[in-house]
Amino acid sequence: MQLISCPWCGPREEAEYHYGGQAHVAYPHEVGALSDADWAHYLFFRDNPRGPFAERWVHAAGCRRWFNAVRDTGTHEILAVYRIGEPQPELGRQASR
Amino acid sequence: MTAEHVSPSKLPMPLSPLDGWQAAFDALPDVVAVSEITFTAQLNLRVDPSGAAAGAVAKVLGSALPVQPCTSTRSGDFLLLWLGPDEWLILAPEGAGLELETALREAIGDGPGAVTDVSAQRSTLALSGPASRELLAKGCSIDLHPKVSPTGTCVQTLVAQTGIIIVVRDETASDFLLLVRASFAQYFAAWLIDAGVELTGGC
Repeated sequence: MQLISCPWCGPREEAEYHYGGQAHVAYPHEVGALSDADWAHYLFFRDNPRGPFAERWVHAAGCRRWFNAVRDTGTHEILAVYRIGEPQPELGRQASR
Repeated sequence: MTAEHVSPSKLPMPLSPLDGWQAAFDALPDVVAVSEITFTAQLNLRVDPSGAAAGAVAKVLGSALPVQPCTSTRSGDFLLLWLGPDEWLILAPEGAGLELETALREAIGDGPGAVTDVSAQRSTLALSGPASRELLAKGCSIDLHPKVSPTGTCVQTLVAQTGIIIVVRDETASDFLLLVRASFAQYFAAWLIDAGVELTGGC
């Protein structure tokens, strides 16, 4: 089974984690001023790259903390994990082929 | 009728979900020993470890809270388990919960933090014996070798697909404390007994 490193607990089995979608999607500043299309875009539209992708994960069976991970969507390799509030690390890595 | 109108003598006796399982635990091979520690007082504590309340909490508990992930600290009768960067589980002897809960609440005061009695949430099992690591390894991926998991280690993980807190009480004696959600206690006990069958050796 693949191991994912929790920023708090260290490497654990993938089954201990739940996926939380794309990371760094900021809540809109003035929600009332948004058009329906913009609101729908915020709610439902997500990037879908092939290659490194910043995602939210939660260590559900462990410390139950949310954290961010950069995962290569082509190889499923976890390239980096970092705690909530920390900046996304620069990876300098091209998308997988 | 509310709870305060019931005299203590009329309250039903607490009943552990593992009541009656000891005979089955005793039938396990001699290389492991399993027993339930009933009705441990358990308090969930949320507090900022760098805040002012943490010092007052440490005074009540007699020891600073463990801030290193996946560790625990023993302080007299209390066992302080790290559950998260701002969350701990305090194990105390049966009946000590209310007094400790009140004292911790006073220590936190008006600042951010919370103390919740979760005594009925988990059942506590003591597992020891030379084959106890082998038994746990049948359903758990955590490396419990003393070099990796010394005395005091406290991990929350899956054992046999069930959320379990494993506390290493004594690495040399292979002595572990296992905390399992009460509703999963019978499932986990049955799994332990089933997994232990193979430990007889020589067959």
